[in-house]
Amino acid sequence: MISREEVEHVARLARLRFEEHEFERLARELSKILDYVQQLGELDLSGVEPTAHAVAVKNVFRPDEARPCLAQDQAVAGGPAVERGQFVVPRIG
Amino acid sequence: MDAFSLTALRCRELLASREVSATELVRLYLDQIAALDPQVGAYLLVTQEEALRRAAAVDAKRPAERKPWEGVPIALKDVLCTEGVETTCGSKILKGYVPPYDATAVAKLREAGLIFLGKLNMDEFAMGSSTENSGYQLTRNPWDLERVPGGSSGGSAACVAAAEAPWALGTDTGGSIRQPASLCGVVGLKPTYGAVSRYGLVAFASSLDQIGPLTRDVKDAAALLDLIAGRDPMDSTSLGLPQPIAIPRATDLVGKRFGIIGEFMGDACEAGVREVFNDAVAHIHALGGVCEEVSLPSVAKGIAAYYIIAPAEASSNLARFDGVRYGHRTAGTENLFEMYLRSRSEGFGPEVKRRIMIGTYVLSAGYYEAYYGQAQRTRTLIIEDFQRAFARFDYLISPTSPTVAFTIGERTEDPLAMYLSDLCTIPVNLAGLPAISLPAGLSRGLPVGLQLIGPHFSEQGLLEAAHALEQRLAFRALPPIVEVIR
Repeated sequence: MISREEVEHVARLARLRFEEHEFERLARELSKILDYVQQLGELDLSGVEPTAHAVAVKNVFRPDEARPCLAQDQAVAGGPAVERGQFVVPRIG
Repeated sequence: MDAFSLTALRCRELLASREVSATELVRLYLDQIAALDPQVGAYLLVTQEEALRRAAAVDAKRPAERKPWEGVPIALKDVLCTEGVETTCGSKILKGYVPPYDATAVAKLREAGLIFLGKLNMDEFAMGSSTENSGYQLTRNPWDLERVPGGSSGGSAACVAAAEAPWALGTDTGGSIRQPASLCGVVGLKPTYGAVSRYGLVAFASSLDQIGPLTRDVKDAAALLDLIAGRDPMDSTSLGLPQPIAIPRATDLVGKRFGIIGEFMGDACEAGVREVFNDAVAHIHALGGVCEEVSLPSVAKGIAAYYIIAPAEASSNLARFDGVRYGHRTAGTENLFEMYLRSRSEGFGPEVKRRIMIGTYVLSAGYYEAYYGQAQRTRTLIIEDFQRAFARFDYLISPTSPTVAFTIGERTEDPLAMYLSDLCTIPVNLAGLPAISLPAGLSRGLPVGLQLIGPHFSEQGLLEAAHALEQRLAFRALPPIVEVIR
């Protein structure tokens, strides 16, 4: 069973906030899913290489040339707060 | 004219022979949407005016000036970016987001002259197997409105089943095209990983996601795959297909060897599904094919590997939803960290948060090798099992889903039970293989899908085999909702 402290730690890493009443349910659900995936431990995986992509491609190059792309005003148009073509955010600290 | 009797290929023929105009065709589907979608709930957005404007432009051209598919309507899963048209991924965090560009698959359809009818509902960020995780609305199965359409492309499958578009695009990360196609009685094709560009497909699990067709028959699936496939400089993992896809014409399966995946036929597979599947096997024999059971021991671990790999990739991909560049931002926060926390917590639904949490956990310091490393090694075993099987068999077959469509709410309380819906489809994504689901019959009045899996880039052969079998199965049942129209 994963602890409440672990859930809080992971939530902070994931930039998610949960209500007080959600922690217990979350710990229970995550534990159940993590218990289920533990069954991979039954496999003999020694000497097996990991696979990141099933259809691997290597060294995909293209000429280093400027190509048409979105204009600055188009690129930032979806932002919730934009000023002079730049994203505005609350202060960091 | 009856939309339930039309395929996209038939639409194209009717336009070419001038038996209908593009405007008449678009109006037919808009009428169908107006009549049925209040019950089905497939569409998040119907782009009626733009569709009619495009249709009028097609009708103004002389036939000789038109491209082959020009004027044929289509609908799109809302995970695909559409320039100037809201794209939400079924998530509140992207409410109001209007992409400044088209996904490559969408751009190809636009270039071919297809007309977009609108955007289709889905599980939020394609995470789910019932479309109940949409942040906006329920989609109901046209075969039984108390049941789910499957997911995550539930809007696409329900839309095609209710003939609210002749065909649609969906996406498949662990079964999200094939499982809803199966539950709604339509054809669904997941192409080989890399056959179709993922540019402009909002990423869930990048090493698994593929765009593909949901259609009323196998010929349409072939035609739509041909329209969207191709290598794309904007997606360096894309490869395209070795040849253009031709409309399949095969009528027999002489000399073809089919392996029945034993691991998918266990207790999880309900009796009615097994019955329809066994009938399909008899039809394969009747067409000259040979079926034999084959064991792929590692595929039984597919779900466990998937629920590490997919959430891990998702937790990384969804880090971009931070309230800065697009989507929802909580107003009045004191600092940046607080803004991230509150915007993400308000914007994401419960299943998306759960998967971000699992993904973050398995990737966090100290756990990486125990979870992600093991899952990636399991993935290698699964790929090797498939390779061994394809040395003996041309194609592998199984039911697409171990059950028929389940009732709304039945699995929402237990995330793990929902994950088990994708038993037969997930290993195919882990191995990057192409697979098609086609309707094989009914159990308790609900559709049962048959899955055919092929080796990498075997789409043409897979479609030929599926076409031969489709002709033989002659599945012509229509969902009861057809009565609303007739």
